[in-house]
Amino acid sequence: MERIYLDYAATTPVHPEVVKVMQPYFYDKFGNASSLYSFGQEAKAALEESRQKVADFVGARPEEIVFTSGGSESNNTALKGVAFALRSKGNRIITSVVEHHAISEPCKFLAKEGFEIIILPVDKDGLVDPDAVRKALNDKTILVSIMHANNEIGTIQPIAEIGGICREKEVLFHTDAVQSVGHLPVRVSDLTVDLLSSSGHKFYGPKGVGFLYIRRGTKVKPLIQGGDQERRFRAGTENTAGIVGVAKAVEIAAAEMEAEGKQLAHLRDVLIQGLLKTVPDSRLNGHPAQRLPNNVNISFAYVEGESMLLNLDLEGIAASTGSACTSSSLEPSSVLLAIGLPAETAHGSIRFTLGKWTTRAQVDRVLDVFPKIVAKLRAMSPLYPGAKNG
Amino acid sequence: MAETPLPYSEKVMDHFRNPRNVGVMENPSGVGKVGNPVCGDVMELFIKVENDIITDAKFRTFGCGAAIATSSMVTELVKGKSLEEALKISNKAVAEALGGLPPIKMHCSVLAEEALKAAIDDYRSKQQIAK
Repeated sequence: MERIYLDYAATTPVHPEVVKVMQPYFYDKFGNASSLYSFGQEAKAALEESRQKVADFVGARPEEIVFTSGGSESNNTALKGVAFALRSKGNRIITSVVEHHAISEPCKFLAKEGFEIIILPVDKDGLVDPDAVRKALNDKTILVSIMHANNEIGTIQPIAEIGGICREKEVLFHTDAVQSVGHLPVRVSDLTVDLLSSSGHKFYGPKGVGFLYIRRGTKVKPLIQGGDQERRFRAGTENTAGIVGVAKAVEIAAAEMEAEGKQLAHLRDVLIQGLLKTVPDSRLNGHPAQRLPNNVNISFAYVEGESMLLNLDLEGIAASTGSACTSSSLEPSSVLLAIGLPAETAHGSIRFTLGKWTTRAQVDRVLDVFPKIVAKLRAMSPLYPGAKNG
Repeated sequence: MAETPLPYSEKVMDHFRNPRNVGVMENPSGVGKVGNPVCGDVMELFIKVENDIITDAKFRTFGCGAAIATSSMVTELVKGKSLEEALKISNKAVAEALGGLPPIKMHCSVLAEEALKAAIDDYRSKQQIAK
């Protein structure tokens, strides 16, 4: 049976071209970029070339790109780094209720450290209201952090508009762009951001490497202290192979992203329309139009997510759910609750995220298999009122 | 076929894929409905009792793989048992019969035990009224 991977938002396979360019840096060009001799210098050259490519891709200067271990580190550095650098200026940080845990958990930590965290709500489509950001700003505000695109429901936030407000009020603005870099056009000047987080493995790069854009002049305390690497924003011997891999992933994205986005948006809409049409009592979660080209998130009433997921897995199909039953917390997805879903509906949600190697045949297979899975589970659900004509 | 997902035993997956005794029972002797849709699981257990012996059991469950498998297993375990014997079936016994459950899924087996107790309680209270 062909295995079908539809969880690209969790992680993507590494592009074969990326693997190819990384390989020499494990053995032939293994040097430490801080070393003076040629082994070090060739690593250093690769590092700086990669930094330039990444900078070009997001419209930044190379010295504004700090390589990290990935999205979580980038987000932690942005939040804690700015918070501790600007502590004497104020203590208010504004964020939203739909952020990834790599934002919400550092915010909880900062709240314990005496910072005032303002968590803005979202509307039924998952959008943050820029006007609410404006109203939440006060003279104690040191940072606003709103994600670019949501990992669960795919909603794309009005980042440029929020950025404009923050710039006007001279408050630093960070966006977690882990789900958007490599998939949507991301230019730091268009978005008007001061900090931007990205992760390699979300766009066909390797795991364990990402970057943080830090606008020139922005004060950020490092999380990791030690050597002088990354202009002291991030100590530690550089992950040369990983960084070279991210730079290649960025190059591929620059060439393929636009066409890929169109193709995925088409397949996404085929899947959404197909499921909503064939499965009664289902609803799309997230913004109908302002959403990632690869994101499908649908709730199916009367059934629970993990049991749908297991049935899909038995068919070789990999997806994800907002149900509590796959987490240890026993709470359903906070994002789905934030857009107003009742808990029982949130438990019955499934996320399919498409990618570069998703085919129409794979989408058709899901459309063939999935309605049967829901029907089977509904037949054994005590919540199901039964067939309407039965 | 795909490898067994999650840390579920083969027996759990067997009962999940082919749940035994699914459905609504006509004229049950007792019904137990426990759980809460807000928490993501609801279990409904029907029993048929004749001369203090559970002769048949059926279930309907809204919940995860473990919830469905434990429901299925408990219907198998109670059949042919006296009410006294059935009341001694613990959540651990249900989990063990399934070859174990992941720690975070043990609450599902508690639900199965509670559903069984509720069904027997229901039967007994109906008997009281009948007397």
